Amino acid sequence: MQNESIQRQPYWSNTVAGIGLGLVLLAAYYIAGRGLGGSGALARSTAAIAFLFAPEHTGGMSYFSRYFEEGKIIMSDWLVFQVIGVFLGGLFGALTAGRFGKSVDKGKRISNGQRFFFASIGGMVMGLGARLARGCTSGQALSGGATLAVGSWAFMLALFAGGFLTAYFVRRLWI
Amino acid sequence: MNAAPLVKMEMISADINLALAGLIGFGFGFMLERAGFGSAIRLTGQWYGKDWSVFRVMFTAIVTAMFGIIILESLDLISGEAIYINNTYLYPQIGGGLLMGAGFVIGGYCPGTSFVALASGKLDAIFYILGLMFGSFVFAEAWPLIESFASKGNLGKITLPQLFDWSPWMVGFLVLLIAIVGTWGANYLEKKFT
Repeated sequence: MQNESIQRQPYWSNTVAGIGLGLVLLAAYYIAGRGLGGSGALARSTAAIAFLFAPEHTGGMSYFSRYFEEGKIIMSDWLVFQVIGVFLGGLFGALTAGRFGKSVDKGKRISNGQRFFFASIGGMVMGLGARLARGCTSGQALSGGATLAVGSWAFMLALFAGGFLTAYFVRRLWI
Repeated sequence: MNAAPLVKMEMISADINLALAGLIGFGFGFMLERAGFGSAIRLTGQWYGKDWSVFRVMFTAIVTAMFGIIILESLDLISGEAIYINNTYLYPQIGGGLLMGAGFVIGGYCPGTSFVALASGKLDAIFYILGLMFGSFVFAEAWPLIESFASKGNLGKITLPQLFDWSPWMVGFLVLLIAIVGTWGANYLEKKFT
């Protein structure tokens, strides 16, 4: 399914991509007075899906009460629109750089099935971590980092520490 | 009077703000894709010392946005008080950070980059996102047990300039210095590991 009509472009340099990302973040603060986010919209969507299947149970979950307004889950939220934009921007980027195509990113020593299993586990651990830290790599490290929030810098250091400490034990997944 | 943040100063309506959220997200996703962050191989290179792109792109972005805000504020073009500052809850943020670092290496993405990976056609990103949603659900179910720890170390909306009683410029240059030294170190380590 590789898009053959457009030749695969190289990635942008770290400096150019970083400045571009920084300007998008600055625009978010200039326009909306808030930073970027990755996980918040997904937690809200999770609440909405849970509400669909078990409205009474979900309505009684105190953590999800923040997403409710007059007994309904509000999906017209800033972060929800932003995340839809992230998907479309990623799609546009991949298509125009010839990088769109069905594939599985994994190390050479594991099967697709193993990769899917560990992707789910890693996602779950990050879902828990992001809620505990009140934000993820986007909301805490990137946005909180740029606004010099103390807790966001503590989060960032912990994230790098957690990554390097775990890397050795799961090296079979990647190298 | 400050003209920004635009929505807070009622220069734009709430509906326009939502539409612009989509546009800002589009830029975010596009930049992540161009940085190569739709690929778990590239992202996880960070944790094995092979590819320090995550560190360099992240710090370049932080330095750019940080000085952007500091400059706009000193020119009275944006109100620093009207900008959202993350609350500091020290212990859960350190705990959550450690969990996220571990999950990053195991799962290959972080939440934002997983949407770009999904948009690029990466099938593993679907499983990652389902895991992310399941983790959020488990967290919400366990909230009564977690709540007390999740509220520990509450220091309010405190920033590094306030903590050290330095000017934002001073802290800004310190962050720039960390970014430059870090990048220099990263380049050195990359050469050593490959």
